[in-house]
Amino acid sequence: MALLTVKDLNVFYGNIHAIKGISFEVNEGEIVTLIGANGAGKTSTLHAISGLLRPKSGSITFDGNNLVTTEAHKILRLGLAQVPEGRRIFASLTVMENLELGAYIRAKENLDADFEQIFARLPRLKERRKQLAGTLSGGEQQMLAIGRALMSKPKMLLLDEPSMGLSPLLVGEIFDIIKSVNQGGVTVLLNEQNAKKALEIANRAYVLETGSIAMSGEASALAQDEKVRQAYLGG
Amino acid sequence: MKSNPLEFRRKEGLKPSFRIFSYSGKRPKKGKSGKNNFPFLARSPQGFAAGLGTSNHFFRLEGVCGFMNLFLTQTINGLGLGSIYALVALGYSMVYGIVKLINFAHGDIIMVGSYMVMFIMTVMGMPLILAVIGSILFCALAGVLIQRVAYHRLLTHDAPRISLLITALGVSIFLQNLFQLLFGSEVRSMPTLFDLPAIQLGELHITSANILNIVVSVVMMIGLQTLVARTRIGKAMRATSEDAGAAKLMGINTNHTVAFTFAVGSGLAAVGAALYCNTYPQIKPTMGNLLGLKAFVAAVLGGIGSIPGAMLGGYILGVAESWTKNFYSNLTDAIVFGILIVMLLVKPSGLLGKNVKEKV
Ligand SMILES: Nc1ncnc2c1ncn2[C@@H]1O[C@H](COP(=O)(O)OP(=O)(O)OP(=O)(O)O)[C@@H](O)[C@H]1O
Ligand SMILES: [Mg+2]
Repeated sequence: MALLTVKDLNVFYGNIHAIKGISFEVNEGEIVTLIGANGAGKTSTLHAISGLLRPKSGSITFDGNNLVTTEAHKILRLGLAQVPEGRRIFASLTVMENLELGAYIRAKENLDADFEQIFARLPRLKERRKQLAGTLSGGEQQMLAIGRALMSKPKMLLLDEPSMGLSPLLVGEIFDIIKSVNQGGVTVLLNEQNAKKALEIANRAYVLETGSIAMSGEASALAQDEKVRQAYLGG
Repeated sequence: MKSNPLEFRRKEGLKPSFRIFSYSGKRPKKGKSGKNNFPFLARSPQGFAAGLGTSNHFFRLEGVCGFMNLFLTQTINGLGLGSIYALVALGYSMVYGIVKLINFAHGDIIMVGSYMVMFIMTVMGMPLILAVIGSILFCALAGVLIQRVAYHRLLTHDAPRISLLITALGVSIFLQNLFQLLFGSEVRSMPTLFDLPAIQLGELHITSANILNIVVSVVMMIGLQTLVARTRIGKAMRATSEDAGAAKLMGINTNHTVAFTFAVGSGLAAVGAALYCNTYPQIKPTMGNLLGLKAFVAAVLGGIGSIPGAMLGGYILGVAESWTKNFYSNLTDAIVFGILIVMLLVKPSGLLGKNVKEKV
């Protein structure tokens, strides 16, 4: 059985039907990417999964738990962490405090080894750990958002456009990090507009168009698909 | 004149004066004189001296030394009064910081706290310490209850800010009427609370109430600052305040965080209430109006959302009020609110506030 299963999901904003009955699944250990243009519904889908948004109908099952009826703050405890769109780090808190908040649900554990692990993986954060997070560069903020999510020791990580607003070099760095996180045993669901990069690291992909899944399959196959190349990979 | 906001009265026993409507029109009664009742005397040099002479019975005007003494006495009085504003301002500031709500019912919590102290002491006959603790717990609970019943649904359904504001005013009126119903609308005297010795520094006489107010408010501020900066719940509060959605993604139950904030803010107001009753031992159901408004001014003046800012604002307001009361008592409130307007023109975010655009 898949680790995450989404079935017939419908999300509305008032009268706007943003997600129109989509179904997909993510198996343990995979990197799956949801690619789509602006407004396709990627963020809405992730928010429905992480409980920030209540779907109108449909089911979302993670590791045997029904997420639709689970409160947002309890979903992390099931092992599902999210790196939200636009990073949403706590700008007025220090880097260290952001990481501590990432481990909020692990209050009684000793976190020293975890901090060391995060700093080993994201060395830029180590030098800046006393700095206010709002003063970090865009790339560093994205790394902090990833580090913060990893501090909860999740089984699965949802990432919403981690490449947004970053230089090609940094995008490469971020994707390398995502890959190594996945190799460390964390299942990944990755929202991306940068289809080329996302298809490079993903096992499978779903193409989202105006709230519906237009195509799906092996990432390598989709990368060769003529329609995908036309629409998302610049021909 | 039922709705006239309660004036601050000295323990020495000043009659309440309905300042705005009776500018120098009504002569104060003999034997009840005090500085607040002679605003008109301050206009002439002799009057000035007379005003000083009557302001403190332990004080004699003796040139520069005398003026210094008056200055210091009024400053300490002001800090004592400002401490109460500061404690109430902390609650406004914390609640605004976390849910961007100006909780106009917060001023009434100080009224609730005062009545609880009185009720537990005089009706239930319990000792003072239990009355104070009981009042703090009761107010903390009342704060959470108000948040749950009146604000929670509006906040979670993203109601317009104006609806929240109107609701807060409604809660304020409700509390005032409830306590009028329970205890009557008349002014009630409080029993003596903390009977501590005053301090005499040369010619300077510092009342125990002022010392207590200042010490307690400073201790409370340090405690609160430590709570917010160092503890797990404090970090959760700051995270929720900055981005409640992201805080939920960290596994923070933001409902609990918000409730906790209301509890702490209301508990601090109850501490302020106990100090208030100790300093000005008369209470009535509408006492929270002006007191709450001034504490709100203090919070805005210091930079709403900032803990040291709320304290600083409270002290500045208290001292300004105390000084002006001594010379131009009719203008006290005008000056206090004038300070706010000037301050906001110069630094819109308040003294210690951060200049952040509000998220819409
Ligand atoms: N708060 C909202 N209120 C109304 N409509 C919304 C809201 N949020 C999203 N939508 C609409 O829902 C649709 C899907 O939006 P969503 O943010 O999920 O897209 P996305 O794929 O994440 O886009 P992007 O790549 O720009 O982040 C869009 O048509 C959008 O206009
Ligand atoms: Mg999006």
